[in-house]
Amino acid sequence: MSEMIATREGFGNELVQLGKENDKIVVLSADLEDATKAEYFKKEFPERFFNLGIAEQDLVGTAAGLSLQGFIPFVCSFAVFLTNRAYDMIRLDICYNHCNVKVVCSHAGVTVGEDGASAQCLEDFALMRVLPTMSVICPVDTLEARKATRAIVTHPGPVYMRTSRAPFPVITQESDPFIIGQANVLREGNDVTIIACGLMVYEALQAADILQKENIEARVVNMHTIKPIDKKAIIDSAKQTKAIVTAEEHQVFGGLGSAVAEVVTQGFPVPMEMVAVQDTFGETGSPQQLLEKFHLKAVDIAAAVRKVIKRKR
Amino acid sequence: MDPKKVDVRDLEAKALLFRKEILQIANSAGSGHPGGSLSAVEILTALYYYRMNHRPEDPLWEDRDRLIVSKGHITPVVYVVLANRGYFPKEELKTFRKFGSRLQGHVHTRVPGVEFNTGSLGHGLSVANGLALGAKMLNKNFKVYCLLGDGELQEGSVWEAMMTSAHYHLDNVCAIVDYNKVQENGPVNEIKNLEPLAEKWKNFGWNVIEVDGHDLVKVIAALDRMDQMKGKPTVIVAHTIKGKGVSFMEGQAKWHGKAPDNENLKKALECLEKNKQP
Repeated sequence: MSEMIATREGFGNELVQLGKENDKIVVLSADLEDATKAEYFKKEFPERFFNLGIAEQDLVGTAAGLSLQGFIPFVCSFAVFLTNRAYDMIRLDICYNHCNVKVVCSHAGVTVGEDGASAQCLEDFALMRVLPTMSVICPVDTLEARKATRAIVTHPGPVYMRTSRAPFPVITQESDPFIIGQANVLREGNDVTIIACGLMVYEALQAADILQKENIEARVVNMHTIKPIDKKAIIDSAKQTKAIVTAEEHQVFGGLGSAVAEVVTQGFPVPMEMVAVQDTFGETGSPQQLLEKFHLKAVDIAAAVRKVIKRKR
Repeated sequence: MDPKKVDVRDLEAKALLFRKEILQIANSAGSGHPGGSLSAVEILTALYYYRMNHRPEDPLWEDRDRLIVSKGHITPVVYVVLANRGYFPKEELKTFRKFGSRLQGHVHTRVPGVEFNTGSLGHGLSVANGLALGAKMLNKNFKVYCLLGDGELQEGSVWEAMMTSAHYHLDNVCAIVDYNKVQENGPVNEIKNLEPLAEKWKNFGWNVIEVDGHDLVKVIAALDRMDQMKGKPTVIVAHTIKGKGVSFMEGQAKWHGKAPDNENLKKALECLEKNKQP
């Protein structure tokens, strides 16, 4: 198997590199820089790093204020603490004021693991996606996290990026492109398209291997940008394979599946199935145990594919 | 500006005019927040006509002092003062709160002179801190003022921000509390007591100045005192009266978010004339 690294590592390392190139980058943390890997930046650039204490609302507002003078603030914490607790600040201070602030959160999804449901953010895509001016990104592996971190610095305006705690296989290549809003097709197939993001892309590729043995050829799309979503890639997939399965480590409501369905239903309706957490909170366990429990494994994606293929006209 | 050279009579006359215009634009809009606007008239007059270093003809001048209006509902007074100060044509005040107008219901940066969109309470002080922190990093000398409501201090985020200002020694921040003692549904200190308010700010590491917020001479002196304080943020707890100047509005929660109709406008304008300083 390929190397196992968490996407938060890619983020933390690239941020240091970017800090060397751009002195406008500042990083603000709510006392979780060790966990989000913003601490790499802190070690290199202590004068541009601020731990504002356990005060996420203040964190976001302060970042907005800094951005008004041309700084590019990164605010970093666990996904649940920023996207849930500081929601009004993200909405008003960052989005409504169109501040150039990058919200980068680790510890989302059930793969947070042993900390349990309170820390396992399963709502972040839905909450962030609905905010005008906000872009939403979820890189697939540490390599893509590096590219995404670089891309969001030059992308004007508010960005939310989810990174993960759990080490996962590196599945992309150094030479693969990363363009915000442009999905990457990782595998071609004509029977079904699996559209996934984040760690679930690895599971989708595994599912495609399982399905191949049953003579089902799955197209696998890495939808690293959930907003603005790549409508063309979705419509092309719908036309080519006539069936779509989405896979995400997020609630079934409002996330990637919903975003894809919005495009499919209005653009080229085909049957869809959604692999996601089914309107319930997470719990304590290892990442793998929890992926199994919440039916987020390759076998679950493969089962959803069989189901959607039966519904094809 | 040299405080000795301030023509206080002139500023008082302006404050009276602003009160009238606040009531007029709220009346013409049919909605708005007169109570907390009338309480903040002297504070904004002192800031825009005496204390702040700013250029109405160049609203985004990079070295300007900034005011973050955290109690973002007091658009009547903010827009009236900015228009009179020359940030935009006074004619435009007629469009306040109307469809298609720049003069949005809560303060908005579409209006020249407004620094930040607010409305939801408890946001402004953190933003002011971010500006002040940035100013220090860039070796800029401008000051950042933040106008807060008293009811707003019930928001926990304000206290998070208070700790940040003190921790980072942001002596370029001046918070001003419009302590008019009344919020939407009644007296602040009956709904949730803030007292001892000055003591609380002090314990959070702030340089605290208490002042009669309707006495322009004292407000001006209080604002100037922030310059003497190094290493600490300054807060001016301005004791004010909600609805100040209009007897039937003073201290009345019902005028927090209600515009006067034509009859009440007439009464209010008469009242202001009658009560004006000789």
